[in-house]
Order: sequence, then C-alpha cells, then structure tokens
Amino acid sequence: MSILTFTIQKLLRLGLLLLAVAIFTFVLLSFSPIDPVRAYIGADMLQISPEQRQLIAERWGLDQPLILRFGDWLGQLLQGNLGTSMVYNQPVGEVIATRFWVSLQMLAIAWLLSGILGLGLGILAGALAGSWTDRIIRLYAYTLASSPTFWVALLLLITFSVSLKVTPICCAAPPGVLAADVTIWQHLHHLLLPSITLSIIGIANITLHTRQKLIDVLHSDYILFAHAQGESLWGVIRYHGFRNLILPALTLQFASLSELFGGSVLVEQVFAYPGLGEATVQAALRSDIPLLVGIVFFSALFVYSGNTLADLAYPIVDPRIRIGGSQS
Amino acid sequence: MTTPVFVALPIQRLHSNRRQRTFWGITLCVLFLLVIILSPWVMGDAGLSPVLPQRNQPPSLAHAFGTDWIGRDMLSRSLHGMSLSLRIGLLAATMSALIGTGLGLAAGTLGGWVDAVITWIIDVFFSLPHLVLLILIAFAVGGGTTGVIIAVAFTHWTSLARVIRAETLQVNSSDYVKLSHRFGRSPLWIASHHMVPHIIPQLLVGLILLFPHAILHEAALSFIGIGLSPHIPAIGIILAESMRHLSTGYWWLGVMPGVLLLLSVKAFDWLGENVRALLDPKTSQG
Amino acid sequence: MLTISNLSVTFTQYDQGLRRKQLTVITDLDLTVQPGEVVAVVGASGSGKSLLAHAILGILPDNAQVSGTMEFHGERLTPKRCKALRGKDIALIPQSIGYLDPLMTVGRQVQRVGQLNGLSAPAARRLRDRTFTRYDLPPTASRHYPFQLSGGMARRVLVSTAVMTQAHLLIADEPTPGLHPDVVTETLNHLRELAQEGRGVILITHDIEAALQVADRVAVFYAGTTVEIADVQDFAGGNLRHPYTQALWRSLPQNDFVPVPGNQPSPENLPRGCLYGDRCSWVTEACREARPPSQFIRQGWVRCIHAER
Repeated sequence: MSILTFTIQKLLRLGLLLLAVAIFTFVLLSFSPIDPVRAYIGADMLQISPEQRQLIAERWGLDQPLILRFGDWLGQLLQGNLGTSMVYNQPVGEVIATRFWVSLQMLAIAWLLSGILGLGLGILAGALAGSWTDRIIRLYAYTLASSPTFWVALLLLITFSVSLKVTPICCAAPPGVLAADVTIWQHLHHLLLPSITLSIIGIANITLHTRQKLIDVLHSDYILFAHAQGESLWGVIRYHGFRNLILPALTLQFASLSELFGGSVLVEQVFAYPGLGEATVQAALRSDIPLLVGIVFFSALFVYSGNTLADLAYPIVDPRIRIGGSQS
Repeated sequence: MTTPVFVALPIQRLHSNRRQRTFWGITLCVLFLLVIILSPWVMGDAGLSPVLPQRNQPPSLAHAFGTDWIGRDMLSRSLHGMSLSLRIGLLAATMSALIGTGLGLAAGTLGGWVDAVITWIIDVFFSLPHLVLLILIAFAVGGGTTGVIIAVAFTHWTSLARVIRAETLQVNSSDYVKLSHRFGRSPLWIASHHMVPHIIPQLLVGLILLFPHAILHEAALSFIGIGLSPHIPAIGIILAESMRHLSTGYWWLGVMPGVLLLLSVKAFDWLGENVRALLDPKTSQG
Repeated sequence: MLTISNLSVTFTQYDQGLRRKQLTVITDLDLTVQPGEVVAVVGASGSGKSLLAHAILGILPDNAQVSGTMEFHGERLTPKRCKALRGKDIALIPQSIGYLDPLMTVGRQVQRVGQLNGLSAPAARRLRDRTFTRYDLPPTASRHYPFQLSGGMARRVLVSTAVMTQAHLLIADEPTPGLHPDVVTETLNHLRELAQEGRGVILITHDIEAALQVADRVAVFYAGTTVEIADVQDFAGGNLRHPYTQALWRSLPQNDFVPVPGNQPSPENLPRGCLYGDRCSWVTEACREARPPSQFIRQGWVRCIHAER
C-alpha cells in the first residue's frame, strides 16, 4: 500500500468519523432539555421579554426544521467556523488552540513517563510472574487502576503541596506573575505534579497489559525453543520477549491517549491548571455549547491521531506487515 | 528407583484452599458492599447534624474519619455518600449491561445492516475520550442525578456489547448450532439452549466488572460538579468539598472518603475476579 | 549415553468451578539411547511424546511434577544439570517454524545458537554460513523472517540450529508431518547423517513408516509409556512382542491395512492395570490387576505379561 492511498484512506475515515460525531452531538443536543437561548443569556433571562427571546431564536434559526438547522450548522463547521465561546468570549478555535498548548506539555510528559515506567514494571512483573516482586507490582497497579483519578491527584496535592510544600498548590504560574515573566523553572515547577499524577494513573494499565503480554509471549513455542537452546530468562526477554512485546505495547500506548485526555480533565480540575481539560469542565458547567462541541471534535481528532500513529508504527516494528504486505 | 517428587495429599489441600479462598473472597466482598449500601438505613441521620464544638477534629476513636468544618461526623457522611454512589452506580451499570447485552445479541444474531450499524456506533463511542463523552451526555440531558445515571448507563455498554457479539457469533458458527438449525430447531430454541448458557457467565462477569467503572465515573462527574446537586452529598461531592479545605491542612476530609471509595471499587474488582476464576479458571490470575 | 527409567510426568490443572484435575501424561517410561544410533519414539498424536522431549531438556511447565530417573553420560539429570546441558550437550530440533521467533531473521536466530555455545559473534556468523551451505540454504535465507520460508527450507533451518551446537544428543520432535515426501526423506537423511557423526538421535514421531526408514531401534509409545522397545528388523521379521506394536504394524498400508480399534485411555483416569488392557485381545484378569513390568524378551524390552507366547 502506497503512502498516498494510506493517507487518502485515513483522511476519508477521519471525515466519516467527524461526520458521525457531528450527527451524534447534534441529535443529542437538539433533543436535550437545555434551552440554547436560556443557556446563552444565563442569569439575565428574567430581564428579557418573550418577544426579544423570539427574535434571538429566529436570528439563530431555531424555528427552522431540524434537518435544515443541521445542514446550516454542518456548513459552518466545514468552513472551520466553530462559533464563539461564551465563557471566554473568543472564537472556539482560538480557545482550544491556546488551552491545548498549555495542556500539551503536561500530556507529553505524562505520556512518556507512563509508557516507559509501565513497560519496565510490566516486564519485571511478567518475567518474575508469581514472585513477590510481581505481587507487589500487581497490587500497586490494581490499586491504582481502581483509584479515582481525581483522588490520586488530591492525595499528591495534600502530600507534596500542602504538607511538604515542595510543589505549588495550583495553576500554571505563580500568582501575580505575568505570563511573559514566567521563567522556565517556574513553568516546570508548576507542571511537575500534574504531569506525575497523570502518568501514575496511566502506568497501571500499561503495566498490567505488558505483564500479561509478556506472560503470553513466555508461554509461546519459540520461547520454549529458546530455553531449549540454553537461553536464560533475561536472555529470552532481551532477544525475543521485548521484540514481540513492543508492538502491542505501542498500540496500547497510542490508544491510551484517550484515557490520558480524560484524565487531564480531572487532574487539571484538581490543580486548577488552565488547560483544555479545565476548559471542558467550564464549558459544561456554564453551558458553553459551542466550546463543548468544539472540544468534543478536537478530542475525537486527538484520539484518531493516536490510533493513526499506532497504525504507522506497525509496519516499522512488524516485518510480517512490512514485507508480507508489500509482497501480496 | 522411583523418586516420588510429590505426594497427593498436600496438593489436595492446596486445591481445596484455592476453591475455599475464592468462595470466601466472594462472600466477603458481597458482605462489605451490602454493609455500605444498607448503612444509611441502619445509622439513620446520626452524625449528620452539625456539632459546632466538635469542628475539624482529626480521625480518632470517636470519629474514625474525623469531623468536618461544622462538626459533622465524616464517617457517617462518607457512608451515606458512598451508599448513594453505589446505588446510582449499580443502577447505571445494570442499565448499561442490559443495553450491551441487547445490542450485542442483536448484532451477533441478526447480522447484516443491524450488525453494521451497532458496530459503527460502538466505533464512534470508542473514538471519543470516555470522560468527554460522559460530560457531553450528562450536560445534554440536563445534568443532575438523572444526567449522571443516563450518562454512565449510555457509555459503559460498548465493551460488553463487543464481547457478547463475538461470543454469539462464535456460538452461532459452531457445529452443534449448525446441526440444530438443520434439525429444524427454532431460533428461539437455539437461543435458549445454546446461546444463553454461553452468554450468562460472560454477562455475569461483565456486569460485575462494570460496577467499579460506573462508580468511579459517577464519582468523577459529581466531583467536577456536573453530577448530583450539592444538597445530595454523593462521595464525589464530599471529595470536591474537601478541596476547599485543603490548604488548611484538614487532610482527612479528602483522604478518608477517598479510601472508602477505593475500598468499594476494589471490592467489586475482587468480586469480579473471583467469580471469573470460578467460571473460567484459565483466564484468571491464579 | 541417555538412560531413562520409570519416568512419570503429571500435570495439575484447574477445571470449571476450580476443581483440580490430575493428568498423568507419561507413566513409567523407560528409554536408552547410545551414541551413533537413531532411536525412534513412535506413538499416536496426543500421547505426550513431545513432553518426553521437554522432560529431558528440563523445560516442562511449572505445574508438571516429574518422578523417576534420567541419566546422561552416567550422571543424574538434575534440573540444574539440565539447565547447564540444554542447547550445548542436548539439542532440540522442534516441530515447526512456529518455534522460531516470528519477528527475528532466521540468520540472527541461528547465529544466536552459536553465541550461546560460547562463540564470538563473527565466529558464530561464519559457522552459521557454513551450516547453511551444508544444508543448501541460499545465503539470502539468513535475512528472511520465519514466515517467508518454504516448508523444506524451514526444516533445514531448524536442523541447522541443532548442528550449530556440539550436542551429543539430538531430539527431533515430529520433524516430518505435512511435508512433501521428498522433504521427509531429506530430513530423515539429515538425522541419519548426524547419527553417523557419532551423536545420539531421538526421533519423536507418529509416523511409523518414517521411523522404520531411519531408526536403529523403535520405542513404541502408548498412553504415556513405552510398551515395547524393538530393533527395526523385528518389525519386518515378525519378532514383535507387544500386541499394540503388532496391531500398529498390521495397520500399515503395505500390510493388512486394518486400523487399531478403540482409543487411548484419557490421562485423567488411567486404568489401574495394563494401559492397553481395554483394547487388547490377549487381556486376562492378571492384566487388570497391576501394570506389567518391563521385561527383556527375545532381545527387546516389552511391558506385557503375555509377551512370551
């Protein structure tokens, strides 16, 4: 398969997916009991007359049939017009761009940390399956897997920010400091605890999957043969285990972007970190429908990119796809 | 010449241990969860009224979880909140399991465009971060208790539907079902004699493993403030409240209710694992 | 060189509802192998033959219990000694290409065998190239992944892994099924050659014809035990001692072509007496009482109390 067909195929699927998300979101919101006019006006609702209200509804095309409204809305979306955020009083696209940039560093650090540590712990536990090391790692991973994300964040905040006072208690910068004046160290200092929290939560899943995959691999015929050839346990893992492990691990790691995004919503809420996750909560709490819809689209795109990267990684790692694919 | 490496007896004992351990595990988990769910009725409103002289007390013998800023007993509050969260979680998870089973069975048995549509819906659901989907649905149906229940119920069925669909397809293509078809058995007969026995264990384990997710997500929605109203203190709301008192050093307000939540979730996890071990020892972690 | 006596292998498994199951897959097995000879272990599929190989190499899974004695070069094979010997003094030629790492080139995998035997990387590479040449494998084969090899090439690569070692004992596990007849002959000839170099070869197979083609002695495996160990000449010469061996011989197409009726007993509940008792036409009360001991009759070993008649 050439790069061109791959790209076209991927873009086509992305288009279909976004269309599906659009239909889903539109249907959901149009049947919802939330009155868009009320949501827009908010507390001032009592101060406007029914006539004014009618005028707004007409202006927004709310009196039109559903299908026409959907077509209209979709047309706007296709032109890249996501509307204006009511909470931030800015175009939705801009809000998402600035907010995501703030979240991105945290997400990236958390993603790398959880991937590397999860892989390491998973290999250790899988290789020593049944031992005390394995039990401790499993207990740790299972406990974390059933811990509420926001509570772990809360615990770390209590421990490191309130009791030990080594990390800041909130936000992305010290209070009262202009964004332009924030030094890189202050920046990293504020980034540290949210990133670690987010990675700690991601580790559990990757550890458990890696462990299980390694156990499966270690029970395969080729590992049996490697043992028969006199290979030691660590030799087996180094020469065969890792190689056969890395593909599912990569897939999982890219698929974890979805979980990571969800986790960032909660973590940013606890740390009052002004990223995209915090904006998601604000949009929902303050009925900012354009922003919420924009974030839904963006998160779908984010998850899709992760899966596409995993697809791209496959042929690099697996010769059966790389060579077998080009032969057939 | 023969060197006996093992004798039968210790293995026999080991075996009965494992079986017994599994049964004990199930009993213990069910008991623990029942106690939490029923606790509000047993305790009544004791400990929920403010006792101002006993404000902000750290955990002690009298107040195992400490007291809050107006002197309410945190253990009573946590149990009330946890019970509520568990009931909401159970309701939502059961609804989710019903949706998942129905759609999974429909996709697996009817095939064709029904299967295509259901598979497509599942794919769309998986393409969004779970929490974003939860927030979107909870928001769209207007938030509140109903919002949480609907959001949790409508977002947790996908994995189970996939499992049930795969299981149905597998059973459907098996030789004995094909043979039954040829013998002129009605689809209903086949469904009740061949499908149900295969799907019940999957459904049971799937349902129990749904609970922890449902409860965690209920708590998360309440925590960010989109779920239950602050007047009904579910566990997520109690934890969200504790955020306001963090910097004062009253750590127990956040830590203790969270421990209870963690234990409840773990209890469901253990329950699911033990039931799975009993039904299908090969896939379980021994 | 290798002497196995009274070897038993039992597995513990858990069934639905966590009920424990004991599976005895090998019972009171005896076998000897001398340098320079090919001993075929012949038995029906699923009779636990492969596990014999794994037991000798000490690579049985953890839920297996082993009893009995195995001696190699006159010394007991303890788990520790197994670990030291495997891949160096005892080598396995596995069943299929599935025993090679699917994600590593075969060249690197064969080279790795040399390195495990103490060679430097360049030396191992040279030895690999020589071995590949010996087995008519093209130099490009090194760069292939297992899935790219044809059946015949795969066989030769697997034999190469064993030839890379200085092992005195080779165990070939089912090397022939599903292969073109020419490739079968070629593979069997490779084993014969290796025996002529002075190595002992155990050929584990369900194909009695293949066994008779290449082996010096044939051990007949039934329900996890060796019911008879006979010279190859005994088959055509009508000198077979055990009723099962005789039935097997008769089932061959060139003979009577009558299949052996009945099935092997399940390893979950083996009979108390002779394992072949319920299918045997010679069976008497005495057979059902106890397992027949191994007896040396007419220059061969047999487990049948009626073998002398």
